[in-house]
Amino acid sequence: MSDLNTLTIAAARDGLRKGDFTAPELTEACLSAAEGSGALNAFIAHTPDLARTQADAAQQRISAGDAPAMCGIPLGVKDLFATKGVQTQAASAILEGFKPPYESTVTQKLWESGAVMLGKLNMDEFAMGSSNETSTYGPVINPWRRGNEDTPLTPGGSSGGSASAVSGDLCLAATGTDTGGSIRQPAAFTGIVGVKPTYGRCSRWGIVAFASSLDQAGPMTKSVRDAAIMLGAMAGHDPKDSTSADLAVPDFEAALTGDIRGKKIGIPKEYRVDGMPEEIERLWHEGAEMLRDAGAELVDISLPHTKYALPAYYVIAPAEASSNLARYDGVRYGHRAKIRQGEGITQMYERTRAEGFGDEVQRRVMIGAYVLSSGFYDAYYKRAQKVRTLIKRDFETVYADGIDAILTPATPSAAFGIGEMADADPIKMYLNDVFTVTVNLAGLPGVSVPTGLDAQGLPLGLQLIGQPWGEAEMLNMAFALENAAGFAHHAPKWW
Amino acid sequence: MSIDKDTARKVAHLARIEVDEAALEPLAKDLSRILDFMDELNEVDIEGVEPMTSVTPMDLPRRADEITDGNRQADILANAPDAREGFFAVPKVVE
Repeated sequence: MSDLNTLTIAAARDGLRKGDFTAPELTEACLSAAEGSGALNAFIAHTPDLARTQADAAQQRISAGDAPAMCGIPLGVKDLFATKGVQTQAASAILEGFKPPYESTVTQKLWESGAVMLGKLNMDEFAMGSSNETSTYGPVINPWRRGNEDTPLTPGGSSGGSASAVSGDLCLAATGTDTGGSIRQPAAFTGIVGVKPTYGRCSRWGIVAFASSLDQAGPMTKSVRDAAIMLGAMAGHDPKDSTSADLAVPDFEAALTGDIRGKKIGIPKEYRVDGMPEEIERLWHEGAEMLRDAGAELVDISLPHTKYALPAYYVIAPAEASSNLARYDGVRYGHRAKIRQGEGITQMYERTRAEGFGDEVQRRVMIGAYVLSSGFYDAYYKRAQKVRTLIKRDFETVYADGIDAILTPATPSAAFGIGEMADADPIKMYLNDVFTVTVNLAGLPGVSVPTGLDAQGLPLGLQLIGQPWGEAEMLNMAFALENAAGFAHHAPKWW
Repeated sequence: MSIDKDTARKVAHLARIEVDEAALEPLAKDLSRILDFMDELNEVDIEGVEPMTSVTPMDLPRRADEITDGNRQADILANAPDAREGFFAVPKVVE
């Protein structure tokens, strides 16, 4: 059993329970896959000792016959999650050497359910980016390549390390976070499933904050069933996060019947954006046909404020980021710059942040400071929050009209090459989020499902947007789409 | 909305980020480009619309005003770049 690392969570769970293999065997397979994956640059810290201890403990629970579904499942953890005693840097130089004395709620829940931590995964610095190129550790490489070319491609971002690690079978699944598309876009770029839950479904406590009103943690997995299993273990009320919802967590896996007869799927005309590649258009059409064939009804809908989601997002997210990132001042943790004779604490703050933050983070913190500054607050921030109300209302209107879920493309293109966007202006990179960002602004759940390949053999994904707290139903539709699409492609191992 | 070099300097200071004099001009250009993109929001009719304050309708939960955590000085100082005698140490602030 040398390829246990290629299993899904569901298959591993069943195999562990049957005794086909043990949790330590499964963990060893993943540890060696992770250790041999340097060329992907997905892992930025390996925790083999911790993994082996957790795997032994998991095996005892499995042998005792009372193990939950995630017990013994080896995971990678995005570097945004605080992990006790293990480096947590949000892939930023400013948090160099930071080892939290506490554990994030989401990872704590996963470890309590018996999951095993293999290490920390690379990402865009402070989750700001769509290509993993802003990481202080350098870019993550996508396991997928164009045809026979060896051009290194981005796995997307910001959860690019998570996407690459799951797609490349370095772990069974990984945690991600999504503020504007950071789970769904990389999932689509790497041919895996990624879920952004309803805002408030997963606790944000212990997750390095980017934009607090938009951030949500979610699972990145090899199948919809795995996403349902893992989301169940991550979700739930947490008194330590005042925006965490005090709602029961449904059995998401039990909801996967595949029966979507009579469901109304909205197809929003505003998502047919200018310059969208023909193959994305076709993928979208084919996905809609698959849902129709499964018994769903397709309904043309309008979400009229879609066009304003990106500019609103790029006011609101940097504003919140500038506030959240004010804590990185060189006093309490992380990097502190040296000051010269005669300089004081202001120079220490300013140089610490100049040395510690990368270009994109600096840009966003400054934009945020500007839109919140006296004289511009109403013109930018307050206006954007009003537009956000209108974007949410668009969704409320179609759901009130009886729409059960909305189908859109996940991304406007397949994965692009590392550095290909380097000369483009920042806005071009921001356009990656065009289909995903509305979901964060409206606080809704969204899932990206791989459904096809482009002409160069790269994976493409579709997004289903659910109703608030409707992850179970949304995942069932994603399950039907996954079954119909039958995406069974895999990047050949070259690293 | 276009940002000039002086505004860029001011924004950098508001954000407490040191920017070299030579980098201010390109920074101003970058920020202006992003703000131009945001100006699309001016097309939207927002008359009578309330700004969003909470994406999921909910009241902020309350709890009893009791101490639930504390006595963790060593944990809190463990990651400090400079901690002395139980305090965070910083350059001289008061003359």
